[in-house]
Amino acid sequence: MVMGSNMAENHPIAFRFVLEAKERNGATIIHVDPRFTRTSALADLYAPVRAGSDIAFLGGLINYILEKDLWFKEYALAYTNIATIIEDAFQGAEALDGFFSGWDEDKHIYDETSWQYRGQIVPSPMAEHYSRQGHPEPDKAEESLTSGPPPTDPTLQHPNCVYQIMRRHYARYTPEMVERVTGCPQATFLQVAEAITRNSGRERTGAWCYAVGWTHHTTGVQMIRACAIIQALLGNIGRPGGGVLALRGHASIQGSTDIPTLYHLLPGYLPQPSSTHPHGTLADYMRVESAPTGLWHNFPKYIVSLLRAWYGDAAAEANEWGYGWVPKITGDHSQLPMMLAIRDGTIKGLLLMGQNPVIGGHNTTMIREALPNLEWLVIRETFENETASYWYKSPEALRGEIRPEDNQTEMFMLPAALPGEKEGTFTNTHRLIQWHDQVVEPRADIRSDLWFTYHLGKRLKELYADSTDPKDLPIQNLTWEYPEHGRIAEPSAEAVLREINGYSWLGREQIASFADLKDDGSTACGCWIYSGVFPRADLNHARSRRGDGPDGPGTHLNWAFAWPANRRLIYNRAAADPEGKPWSERKRYTWWNAEKGEWDCLDALDFEPQKAPDYVPDWSTRPHGMDALDGKSPFTFMADGKGQLFSPSGLKDGPLPTHYEPVESPVRNPLYGQQDNPATKKWESADNRYHTVGDPRFPYVLTTYRLTEHHSGGIPTRLVPSTAELQPEGFVEIPPELAREKGIANLDWATISTARGAIEMKVLVTERLRPFAIDGQQVYQIGMPWHFGWEGYATGDIANALTAVVADPNSSIHEGKAFTCDLRKGRLRRGDSEASGDRDAVASPEG
Amino acid sequence: MVERYPTAIPPRALDYTGAIMPQLMPDEAELTAGLRIVPGRTYGFFTDTSLCIGCKACEVACKEWNALPAANLGLTGESYDNTAALSATTWRHVAFVEQISAGGARVTAMQPYQSNWLMMSDVCKHCERAGCLEACPTGSLFRTEFGTVVVQQDICNGCGYCVPACPFGVITTSEVDGKAHKCTLCYDRMKGGLEPACAKACPTDSIQFGELGELQGRAERRLATLHERGVANASLYGAPGTPGTTGGIGPLHAFFLLLDRPERYGLPVAPTLPSRRVRPAILAGLATMAGIALAAAATFMGEKK
Amino acid sequence: MANERQGVWGRVRAGLRDWSVPRQLRGEDALGAAAESADSRRTRPRLEEADRVGASICPYCAVGCGQLIYARGDEIIHVEGDPRSPINRGTLCPKGAATFGWLSNPNRLTTVKYRAPGADRWEERPLDWAMERIAQLVKRTRDETFVRQLPDGTTVNHTLAIAELGGATLDNEENYLLKKLLSGGLGMVFIENQARI
Repeated sequence: MVMGSNMAENHPIAFRFVLEAKERNGATIIHVDPRFTRTSALADLYAPVRAGSDIAFLGGLINYILEKDLWFKEYALAYTNIATIIEDAFQGAEALDGFFSGWDEDKHIYDETSWQYRGQIVPSPMAEHYSRQGHPEPDKAEESLTSGPPPTDPTLQHPNCVYQIMRRHYARYTPEMVERVTGCPQATFLQVAEAITRNSGRERTGAWCYAVGWTHHTTGVQMIRACAIIQALLGNIGRPGGGVLALRGHASIQGSTDIPTLYHLLPGYLPQPSSTHPHGTLADYMRVESAPTGLWHNFPKYIVSLLRAWYGDAAAEANEWGYGWVPKITGDHSQLPMMLAIRDGTIKGLLLMGQNPVIGGHNTTMIREALPNLEWLVIRETFENETASYWYKSPEALRGEIRPEDNQTEMFMLPAALPGEKEGTFTNTHRLIQWHDQVVEPRADIRSDLWFTYHLGKRLKELYADSTDPKDLPIQNLTWEYPEHGRIAEPSAEAVLREINGYSWLGREQIASFADLKDDGSTACGCWIYSGVFPRADLNHARSRRGDGPDGPGTHLNWAFAWPANRRLIYNRAAADPEGKPWSERKRYTWWNAEKGEWDCLDALDFEPQKAPDYVPDWSTRPHGMDALDGKSPFTFMADGKGQLFSPSGLKDGPLPTHYEPVESPVRNPLYGQQDNPATKKWESADNRYHTVGDPRFPYVLTTYRLTEHHSGGIPTRLVPSTAELQPEGFVEIPPELAREKGIANLDWATISTARGAIEMKVLVTERLRPFAIDGQQVYQIGMPWHFGWEGYATGDIANALTAVVADPNSSIHEGKAFTCDLRKGRLRRGDSEASGDRDAVASPEG
Repeated sequence: MVERYPTAIPPRALDYTGAIMPQLMPDEAELTAGLRIVPGRTYGFFTDTSLCIGCKACEVACKEWNALPAANLGLTGESYDNTAALSATTWRHVAFVEQISAGGARVTAMQPYQSNWLMMSDVCKHCERAGCLEACPTGSLFRTEFGTVVVQQDICNGCGYCVPACPFGVITTSEVDGKAHKCTLCYDRMKGGLEPACAKACPTDSIQFGELGELQGRAERRLATLHERGVANASLYGAPGTPGTTGGIGPLHAFFLLLDRPERYGLPVAPTLPSRRVRPAILAGLATMAGIALAAAATFMGEKK
Repeated sequence: MANERQGVWGRVRAGLRDWSVPRQLRGEDALGAAAESADSRRTRPRLEEADRVGASICPYCAVGCGQLIYARGDEIIHVEGDPRSPINRGTLCPKGAATFGWLSNPNRLTTVKYRAPGADRWEERPLDWAMERIAQLVKRTRDETFVRQLPDGTTVNHTLAIAELGGATLDNEENYLLKKLLSGGLGMVFIENQARI
């Protein structure tokens, strides 16, 4: 099942495994997507849906599974919270017309109190454990979670058990409604529903693959949640052949999330301290962020070991291990607000490390106007990119509308090294940490980003060496000793990886696993989930290159290292039934070996090795951590060890996925009075206007995407002839029906505009796009790849000049997959131009 | 197809568990194509379009290996095909055919494997009886020890006789050096025990490299499997006794499994061997050898000025 | 011109020397072995010229395909899929197959470019100078904008005035040092990468 992803085009090698499943096991391939793509061409079943309507489709599947009673009961009853009873005060979207109980209209946030398990307070398993509205009372959470299991009704009759709440919530997501909202014919929807439910049970599993087709929405997190609910109901999580598989887009985008260059996280999914949370002292921070039960109970070990790694001998119990030196965030500092902060002059200096926001950012018209506000800009790249050349090569510069002499930004462009010229690790989309060798030294002034960061740090430490200002203590105390080697004094990447792995503070012995970490300062660890990748000073597991031979289990445990603990399939306790037996011989993976009194697993087991399936916590002892989870609780990061069909904490837009229209939509929400996600992050301003519902000036749905021939912001492929020639120009794809209406022929020029900007593209007229009938209304959808810019051999206008700065409330990810636009025949006229004050006129309702 | 797609590592790969290696692995084709390349045997390609995802990795791998220049044609408007045709500088070309509608409506339920957006990676057929080879007056085109047909660049004088002689329009002369160029089935790589670049790169094993007889058997089995699984329109092109082998050409050493009529992909239904139109190569060679060689040399000198 | 002329004539003469027709007339396989030229006899895959083969990982998407990088001396001569990898078994997609074209690209930046405020062009500057200048700018901006406490007394120890963007294409070790230096050392909070776009 591929949905929210164009897997064959964007992850061709991963798609190899999909075809293999078809060859070997006769797997059915289903593609649900707004466009007929190269993935659809290889599918058995293609379900067209209007962009942004995914939760209506997925909710329809949940409804089908529950009402036809096709869920995998043995699995879901034991391993999910389907029987758990929720607080009496809870009210759902069906009762409140699209809202859940707890909505605060003034603050625009939910209070999660009524979403909790009855009588219990359940922290979120995500980085932001602290339930921000409802429960600044960690002591109450501890008391309630350590005194007994969650309240359940195994008969599923209680009106407020999760099963009954879900049935009420999804009752209106009927096949008829799915067709009304998504435009997918009922018959096709039902074929999908039958296929996925047929493929569930002891003998069978199914996998779902998604990518940015789900994340780039203001409801993106809930789309993925909806998929997780389906997979949990069908028993497809923690089992071989199952899963919700995120197909990520950059070589180490997973690694840069684990070891985050992200504002809200510290390495290993520990939250960045925040001024808006009770994070004043380390003790406060640990108290609210540690879950009393489940694996996150170990939180203090991870944070103290991180502080020890960063501040070394300067970290001591007396100074909270240097906790106060870690900066606190004061709000959302993610990429979208970052661009606004550049526009507003808050940000004065920007370091760009292999990213091209003039192409890949959102509302790039606004970004191009904002960038000159920077005092200085450092760009590290392999080629000059559009963000480096906007001030003299952009259309507005060539037209003379902006002049270099007016641009007061001091700019640096530093050549960056590529794998082969530097060594280190990437973490791929399935958590595999793989080492790449340095084969040659980089030419001339080309340097690795490791070199840049290390030598910048060294210079800054020197500049601050004599300071007596307390604000400079963190940089003075930062541990920064890494061996240098070679002509260019490259720092040792292995030394950095050893620190990430962790070591004992006094003996400087590598630790073998995060189970060895301590909260007393005796261990240092840069990222606890990576522990084990470098378990001995002479063993870099990321370099292991021994795959399974033909007779092996296929888990390839000696090919690189998968975090955590070299585990290839996470939550794999669920690969055995509640009694500890394999669900079937065919799906044999994990099982309880009663003779040995421990679990056997073809993988690194994700459970306590000696915890028997019939283990029950002794609640009289007030058990904490893993002791509080019974032998049938595979989801060890959850406070109750159960898969959360209903999520009591951590989501900012409701405990159950609910269909909202995209912020810009041609239709009213057919399901609820509430049009769009009420918790959406919006930053509307004169240079970032949103279209109102059904705005006749912007009648078409526009979706943006990637092509197999190009890579993201396009720089690496637009400058390489052998890839540039394959898709040499930008284009917009439109259905023949719309082309006829507009009198547009294949390869004609068209101008596409939104309230943010206007661009021109050549047109590909294709039946791969189709008109939709949505709630009785004809809706045209058009599509456009966003790789192009003015640099390189393959060029075109910048699609993201059209997108808006608007974001999912949970992840701050923009909505580039579904918004509205206008399209007219012909090239861009100056009057349509994105640069200038025309935008206000375009955006104002009377226009 | 289970014959390809081995996710398990072949045993011999376990001999190379280190990161840095001193040199390339001997007989690498054994790991990537499951065979050792031996001179004197006949090799070819079986391109199974039912597995093709139209990614064009074959085009890129070919150009990067053979250092071929980009075509730079701009947007052609022909679906996702922007390299248009095989030529002296494009030795693998992926054709795209959109058939999204059936019976007036756009499809949702489809037959298994590739359908409705057809994609085929075309290539030189390395014909059993090759028109280009027979037309070549200089002996530049020759049949290698692997049964493939190769233009020897140190001999080719750019006369262009081979161009009209090819029934498939594969071979052309280059604007850069005036000589004839086409797919060599990676002659240099095969000499070093390496699978040809396109077949090695192909993510879904749509392009399969192997011994011709073995490939032909594999294709027959694949065809039977597809027919069993309901892909009624699957057929072979260029395998013995199938379209593409007419007119005296004989089996193609690079042959195809197609999902529609050959002409939908731009392949001739009944190609003929042009040697019936062109005088036998040896005589032509004897007669014109010196004259053409010198004329060509003069032409180059003129161009260089 | 003389050299060129010689070059062309040289090629013709080599062709004549190697001319295969006489051998064909002697009755050897007319279009086969007998027609083999000097170049054809000599040709070998250039991978055999490598003195070093490194294991690498494809730098584009997150599937993590194994690659082999072949180098001779200081020069990378080719990049191919690693047949040992259980992920890609030697295959590569069109982007991965273009890795050599990226690494060896003549358009790559190789020197430091600097553009002074108001200038109309880039100028080349020494790397060392640029590093020192960048360090000074970072320090100056940090010192001018560092906030120890909010008006309500909450300790934040941060600066909002410097931002870092990018990281999803970098190594884990690079991201680790970036986060450690910029957040843990300098107090920056605007630190982001492609994971959110």
